[in-house]
This record gives sequence, C-alpha cells and structure tokens, in this order.
Amino acid sequence: MALSGIQIYKLLPQTNCKECGFPTCLAFAMKLAAKQVELSDCPYVSDESKAQLAESSAPPIRLVTLKAGSEVKAGNEVVMFRHEKTFYNKPGIFVRVKDSDGDIAAKVAAADKYTVNYVGMDFTLDGFAIEADGGDFAAAVKAVRGASQRPLILIGEAATLPAGLEACSGETPMIYAADASNWEAMADLAAKYKAALAVKGESLDELAELTEKIKAKGVEDIVLDLGGANMAEWLARSTQVRRLAIKKNFRALGYPVIAFPGDAGELGKESVYAAQAISKYAGFVVLDTFTPELAYALLVLRENIYTDPQKPIQVQPGIYEINNPTADSAAMVTTNFSITYFSVANEVEGSGQPAWLLVTDAEGMSVLTAWAAGKFDSERIAKAVKEFDLGSKISKKRIVLPGHVAVLSGELEEELPDWEIRVGPREAVDLPKFMKEAL
Amino acid sequence: MPIEIPKDKWPGSIKAVTIGATAAEGGTRTKSITVGGQTTLPYLQFEAPTPNQPVVAIEIKSRKPEDWSPLLAEVWGDAMANPAAWAKKAEEAGADLIVLALMLEDTPDDAVKAVKAVLEATGLPLVVWGPGQVEKDNELLVPVAEATKGEKLVLGICEDKNYRTIAATAMANEHLVQARTPMDVNLAKQLNILITDMGLPAERVIMDPTTGALGYGIEYGYSVMERLRLAALQGDAMTQLPMMVTPGFEAWKAKESKVGEGVPETWGDWAERGVHWETLTAVALVESGADIIVLRHPESVKRVKEAIAELMVTA
Repeated sequence: MALSGIQIYKLLPQTNCKECGFPTCLAFAMKLAAKQVELSDCPYVSDESKAQLAESSAPPIRLVTLKAGSEVKAGNEVVMFRHEKTFYNKPGIFVRVKDSDGDIAAKVAAADKYTVNYVGMDFTLDGFAIEADGGDFAAAVKAVRGASQRPLILIGEAATLPAGLEACSGETPMIYAADASNWEAMADLAAKYKAALAVKGESLDELAELTEKIKAKGVEDIVLDLGGANMAEWLARSTQVRRLAIKKNFRALGYPVIAFPGDAGELGKESVYAAQAISKYAGFVVLDTFTPELAYALLVLRENIYTDPQKPIQVQPGIYEINNPTADSAAMVTTNFSITYFSVANEVEGSGQPAWLLVTDAEGMSVLTAWAAGKFDSERIAKAVKEFDLGSKISKKRIVLPGHVAVLSGELEEELPDWEIRVGPREAVDLPKFMKEAL
Repeated sequence: MPIEIPKDKWPGSIKAVTIGATAAEGGTRTKSITVGGQTTLPYLQFEAPTPNQPVVAIEIKSRKPEDWSPLLAEVWGDAMANPAAWAKKAEEAGADLIVLALMLEDTPDDAVKAVKAVLEATGLPLVVWGPGQVEKDNELLVPVAEATKGEKLVLGICEDKNYRTIAATAMANEHLVQARTPMDVNLAKQLNILITDMGLPAERVIMDPTTGALGYGIEYGYSVMERLRLAALQGDAMTQLPMMVTPGFEAWKAKESKVGEGVPETWGDWAERGVHWETLTAVALVESGADIIVLRHPESVKRVKEAIAELMVTA
C-alpha cells in the first residue's frame, strides 16, 4: 500500500540536512510519495524505516542509469498518457554495431559527433550497442571507446561478454540478454561488473519469473526486451507492462523496456518501429541505421512526445534583432511559442535581410492556437508594440502580421492608428520571398 | 502463476462511419469504406479487435500546385496538372480514398468538372476540400455537393465559421462532413454538437482535430486525439466519431520536407528526410487514434500502410 508524503515524512530523520538535494525532509517525502526519487538518496534513514518505506518508495518503473562519459536514464515514469502529467526520461537512442563489422570506428565516430539543433536545443544520440558476432569482441569495444565516450550496451553470450566488460571497466553498461537458459551466468556478470541486465522472454509470464530470480541474486537494474512478432504484439506487451507497473504496482515487470527497431532489417520499417517505440513507452531504442535525416526526425519526435504538456516551451516576449536591423528595417510580430519563434527567426535570419521581430506574450501558444484562445489579438499586439516601444526602433511605422491572422488587420489599424499594418505569409517558410518582394 | 493482464472495459464506443456509395447504394463508387467502430484504445487487440482498418488517403489538387515541395512535383510529374490522371496515379500508389483539394482559382464550374473527372477516373471514395477560405469554400462546395448527390463524399473543411452551409448541403445531398477544430477537445465537441443539432446524423461526421507536423506541434495534436478517444470510450457521445488527420499537408509545409537548400547539413538527405517527416508524423498519429490519414508522398503511403497492417494483426 502506497504511503502519503506525510506518512513517509514521519519515518524520515526530520533533520532537514539537505543532503538528498531537497531543502527539507518534507519536500523529499513528497517526492518519494510521487515516486520521483529513490529512498537511497537519504543517507540517514534508519534500517527500520527503510524496510517500512522500501515498498512504497520504489518507483513503479525502476530508474535504470547507464554511465560512461555521459549518462542515459530510463524508467521512473508515472503515467500512461503524456497529458495526464508528462513522460520524464526520454528513451536513450543507441546505434548498434557488430564486432564482425569492418568499419566500427568510422561508423561510431560519425554517429557520436552527430549534433543537431532544434528550436535552440542541441540533440545528440545517446550511446552504442556492440554485438558479438564472431569477431574480436574486446577489440570492438575498444574501437568504439576510441571513437566515443557514450554509454554502451554489450550484446553476446555469457562467455563472450567478460572480454568486452573488461574493456569498459569502471562504467555502467547494459548487458544483453538473460533468458531462461543463461540467466544465472548473466546475473553473475551483471553483479560482478555492476552492469544493467537486459532480460528477454517469450511471454510476460516468463519475463516476470526471470526478473524475480535475477533480483533474488542481487541484480536490480533490469531492462525488459518484450520481443513481439509485429507492431501490434509489441504495442500490446509494452502497454501491458506499463499498466501492470503503474496501475497494479506489479514489481516483477516494473522496469524500463528496450526495443530493437533495427531488427526490422529495412530502413522504412526501422523508422516506423522506432517511432512506435518512442511514442509507446520504450526506455532504450537500438537502431541499426544511422543517417542524419533519420536521427534528426527521431530526436525531434522524442523531444515532442516528452515535452511537458503543462509547460509549453516559450521564449521571452520582447523585441528580437535579426541580422543587425536599423531604423529602415522591417518589423514583424509573432507569438512566444518557441517553435513559432524559431521557425520565424530562422527564416528571417536565413533570408539575410535585417528585421525587428516583436514577440508577444501569447502564453506559449502558436499563432493560430493563440488567436483561437484570445491570446493573440489586436489588443495584445498593440500592447506589446507600446510596451516594448517598437516605434522608437524604426523610422517607418509599419508592422507585418502573420498571414494566419490576416483577419486582425482592421482591428489592429484601429488600435494603432498611425501604423501601417501589412499581412505577411501564413507560413514562416515563405517569409524570405515575402520580405524580398513585398517589403 | 500466470500474470493477470489488466484489461480496460469501456462503456462507450466509436461510431462506424461509411464513406462513398456504390451503385447499389445510390452512387458510382466501386467500393465504400467504413472507419471507426472501435471499443477500446488504438490497436490493443488483446482487449478487443479493431473492427475497421484505418485508411490512407492521398491528397491531390484541382490544378497544379505551385507551392508544393519539388520532391512531390518529381514523384507525381505531369499528372499534377490533371486531377483525373493524378487520382489514377494515387490509386495505383495504394490510396484507399482520394482527397481532392479545390483551389482559389477554381470557379464553381471548374470545381464541379474536376470532381466529376476524378469520380470518373477512379472508383475510390472521395473527400473534397474547399480552398480554405470560408466564402470561397461555400461557393465551390455547394455546387459540387449538388452535382454529386448520393455519392457520400466527405465535404471539407467544415469549421465553426461555415459549418451551417456545408452541413446543410451535405444533408440535402447525402454527403458527409469533415469537422475541423484547432487542437482542442472542447472545441471539437462543440462543433460536433452544432453540426448534429442541424440534423446531420453523427454517422455522417468525421472529426478533424487538426495536427501539427513533427517538430511543429505534433504533441498537441497527439494528446488532443488521445484525450478525444478516451472521452469517447468513457461515453461522451459527441466525441465518438472517427478522426481524420492531415500529416501530408502539415509535414510538407515544414521546412524539413519542403526545401533542400540552405538547411543545416545535420538535417541529412532531403528526399529521405521528407518521407521520414511525413511518415513519422503519420505513425505517431496512427498510434494516437487516427482513422483516416491524408498523405502526399507515395513512399510514405507505403510505409504507413505497412505499419497499419502490422498493427491490425491479432494474436
């Protein structure tokens, strides 16, 4: 039975030592109740309290962290649907190489250095999976380590894995995979090398049985490979595991899930499987194909799905200068939803033409959504023009409205009688042409 | 002991909606298409079978669009200048139905001609969109609806500003409407209420909750669709309609798909990126409950149809 924050607080030392990273024991207790932190973060909790709290404090889906030069976290999720709260730990996206591949270092180096910018954020891939396939496994791990310091997933038999584990000692990798036939040897390896252990089974029953046995051997960082012959079966199992963990607090399947879209063996399917895995609860996604265009699309999908729905990503309202504008440059207005802002700013910047971009406080909504919600109307635009004193920046009082809100131009003329109101294109992508031809 | 799998039982279900009428049903289509009818969340086959497979539509235009990505112009070629030829090619590319988008330059006569030409060229059910300006939509869609009485077309896009005209002509001429609202559960519900209050049966309304492309707000559309589907299953009658989404339109106006020059090198290969952008937008929306998915590129159509086929597999 889960305890409330107050019940948990009574079992804590109540010294407010802050060593857990929270200002008070009560704050920490609340986080524990929400299953967002681990009890082990409190250094002073008594053994007696520990036993009492163990059951209620563990998150329904265990947080599994892989560590090397960077970290990847999966688990700790609390909802089935992102609108219920949010999804927390973005699935790690890994690229798989085989020790029989000829060009490991080159393939890994290209994926390792890949960085792409999306609305002001830099995204990278998270790590690499190395599969034993009859080659020199230790050499393959070293080759990867020569090209990347990101976390690893080592795939092979219990007899093969130690060579690879030795080659990355001191890190926390994942090893793949324990099944009904080898689980003891794999659990021993995971314990010895402090690695996370992936478990695979033909059914959820088999998986649950295995995780219980492995946990009894002292390995707790477990990851589930759900198998599944097709998208429907994988979706069913992924949904069932998530439900059992979150709704039934079913510990034996309360672990993050790993998916292998690369097993599809074909780029189109691989991309589609990866999209399903990202949308539907995977904690680790292993690709066989690295191309910039696929990586970009998947990283953006992951960002979108894992964006907190309660906190739209916003930019600060105000006047933004693009390409060093002067008093003769154009002035345009848009909302403070970050995707909207970056779409517009990138286009204007790309056009090479200077401009003043007025960003209004539309509570982080896009132009159309904000307009429909009454957060981007002529009054608000006029208010922003005055508040940020746009008129003082430019000699000719002229402002360009997004084409989607052309309907506002009349009202805005009334609000701003000495201004010329122009209607721009509907889509940001058409701005350069508009600026060149119409301004 | 075997694990007891938690299964949801819902009081509500989605209405089954049929588009297109065959000769026997008073139209000229070689087949009609039924979507909807679900009694649980998308593709959870262990709870209940998915009674009707979601379908993929290909969007074509009444005239050659000048603002489409060169990648699309390349795959469709000369057919883009002729809606009948384009519709045929779309059928060959695997479309389950055709979306014909009329354009601002069209007169009512042009519009009727284009619609009739497409109906002759293909036996697939048809969705007809106005050009997207309320008055012009009404001016074109009313004569189209009258000239195709009984075909059970879907007339779009029916919004809060023009729903009266479009729903009235759909009612009088035995068509359906595509009811679009801007990414909001309550607005979607409200428009469905307004339309059905006019007397158009709910079985002739398809909801279009609007979506954003990958990277351009897809998460809003995605969550609105999940919430609409949950509300429907919980028994809210005015959300119990199949959903139509337009990832083709959305993804191909995104810079990632539309243009190949002057973009960061890290965006990779343009042609593949365009297809990924459309396909991934579509697949995410399929997972969140889309019943009719409107696409533009044949390769995306292939990939999305394969995904749907896999999601339909029952154990």
